Amino acid sequence: MAVVFSKPKALTDAPLHYCPGCTHGIIHRLVAEAIDDLGIIGKTVGIAPVGCAVMAYDYFACDMVEAAHGRAPAVATGLKRAMPDRIIFTYQGDGDLASIGMAETVHAATRNENITVIFVNNAIYGMTGGQMAPTSLPGQVTQTSPYGRDVKTVGYPIKVCELLSALDAPEYIERVAVNNVKNVMNAKKAIKKAFQNQIDGKGFSLIEVVSSCPTNWGMTPQKALDWVESDMIPYYPLGVYRDKSAKEAK
Amino acid sequence: MAKVLMKGNEAVAEAAIRSGCRHYFGYPITPQTEIAAYMAKRMPKIGGTFLQAESEISAINMVYGVSSAGRRVMTSSSSPGVSLKQEGISYLAGSDLPALVVNVQRGGPGLGGIQPSQSDYFQATKGGGHGDYHLIVLAPASVQEMADLTAKAFDLSDKYRMPAMLLADGTIGQMMEPVELPPETDGNAVEKPWAVTGTENKREHNIINSLYLVPEQLEVKNLERYERYKTVEQNEVMFEEYMTEDCDVCVVAFGIAARVSKNAITAARAKGIKAGLIRPITLWPFPKDIIAKTAERVKGFVSVELSMGQMIDDIRLAESCKKPVALCSRVGGMIPSPDEVLKAVEDMEGGKF
Ligand SMILES: Cc1ncc(C[n+]2csc(CCOP(=O)(O)OP(=O)(O)O)c2C)c(N)n1
Ligand code: SF4
Ligand SMILES: [Mg+2]
Repeated sequence: MAVVFSKPKALTDAPLHYCPGCTHGIIHRLVAEAIDDLGIIGKTVGIAPVGCAVMAYDYFACDMVEAAHGRAPAVATGLKRAMPDRIIFTYQGDGDLASIGMAETVHAATRNENITVIFVNNAIYGMTGGQMAPTSLPGQVTQTSPYGRDVKTVGYPIKVCELLSALDAPEYIERVAVNNVKNVMNAKKAIKKAFQNQIDGKGFSLIEVVSSCPTNWGMTPQKALDWVESDMIPYYPLGVYRDKSAKEAK
Repeated sequence: MAKVLMKGNEAVAEAAIRSGCRHYFGYPITPQTEIAAYMAKRMPKIGGTFLQAESEISAINMVYGVSSAGRRVMTSSSSPGVSLKQEGISYLAGSDLPALVVNVQRGGPGLGGIQPSQSDYFQATKGGGHGDYHLIVLAPASVQEMADLTAKAFDLSDKYRMPAMLLADGTIGQMMEPVELPPETDGNAVEKPWAVTGTENKREHNIINSLYLVPEQLEVKNLERYERYKTVEQNEVMFEEYMTEDCDVCVVAFGIAARVSKNAITAARAKGIKAGLIRPITLWPFPKDIIAKTAERVKGFVSVELSMGQMIDDIRLAESCKKPVALCSRVGGMIPSPDEVLKAVEDMEGGKF
């Protein structure tokens, strides 16, 4: 019988601990498929964040490092400088990348560090039980914004792709989503390109994946995917924000 | 090899390169900037990395990355910057990663000043960051030792899979002295099968990690680490004894304070007071045994420090409070004069303390 669906080699057999309906699982799979497709598992080193994906070091079958909260781009910088021929990726949440680790993110980007960053934006601090994130939407109710995010006192969400696109250096920046089949296919293409760019020595590539957190959004998995479509994507428009090589080729 | 005239900070940098360190990350701060400047010049010429990080936090995490790859790596800073590195140092310790952190201390707390100090002794020897851990802490007292102990720090750090700290001060960092540099090595003497260099599809994946959610496992990790620390305490204690054979008053001092103390001891001897010096070279592991042994025959100790009295606690613990220990100290960037140390020695000799 032909196998039509199998686990990517870049994932281990460890059972994922994510909540039912959480899109972290899909994103893991897309990253693993990209690694498989490019045949780079033996020379890839991944960096897990502090966040719900902290145990990604058990799930990816390549060599893995667990970084301190927000520091993954600095750790990646060290790894890449030590081993320029290895493929280095980080996998980070919004609190990790856009709050506590903002300096590390911006500076890795502006050095055009030749690494791949997978940025999972679920507009919440998932792991710690649903606090306001730098990407929580205006009015969004969270544990630490119980009356809804009040932009007058805590400011507006950070749009990471738009922000980083203001820098001259980065090679590739794209925002994708995984709330339906079409978006998942697109996300896969984007993630693969972000790894291919590194193989080609092009520099910093960041893929923001608009994700869901049914548990801390207090929604069913389906309702959460609907909310991604109705509320998240309008605030965080999908698309390519930077493609330096393509622009230079024109 | 012929001696060369160098600043203490430059001697650290050159010794690191000769020890096979090809990766340096730092953030500018006085009085250690010469280390970064030296690395910025040399590293690009020898295929190494010099990177001025966006902060000390980033620098130490870059160190964490290089060390994960199994390569020798260092960062340097001065007191306020070393405070920022503590998170990363705790992670290095928790992931059993070797690395060298240099602290060319200045006065504190807060922004403090830029003159020499030894007031980061507690931070260096008692942990500094969160969790149960130790660093190997080496205290140079000359430019020669800045070089020698840098090489030693890399070796010990690799051997025991724990971060090492060179705890210097602004004076030793800035002073110029002739130095014989350590021999060139590639720094690969210790095998690192745990490093994340890519599986090459030939082995299970390696994981560098300090997270253990099962308390039984985390306890075992801590206990194993402390077994290793015990071996370090048994095998790696270093100190210098100066005129201690017959001494009645024993000065204990490290780094620049030890140099001042030697002058005071000469002056005391000229006055007929039998003074001597124990100079800890490793601050962790602390030379407890020699202090306990010495306590049996001296009238008392004088701890000479550029702090409000930090090492003095370790002296008292080492000699189980059997003999009096006086403190002779200046702080805020000030250094005790030989006369001030002499006075403290005379007081101890005369039973005034
Ligand atoms: C220095 C530090 N501060 C705070 C925490 C607690 N903490 C763990 S995960 C997390 C937030 C993670 O949120 P995010 O990055 O958005 O990831 P998600 O769980 O949503 O995937 C926080 C604050 C920590 N581990 N370390
Ligand atoms: S808390 Fe949210 S982000 Fe974390 S696993 Fe559950 S659904 Fe996913
Ligand atoms: Mg999040």
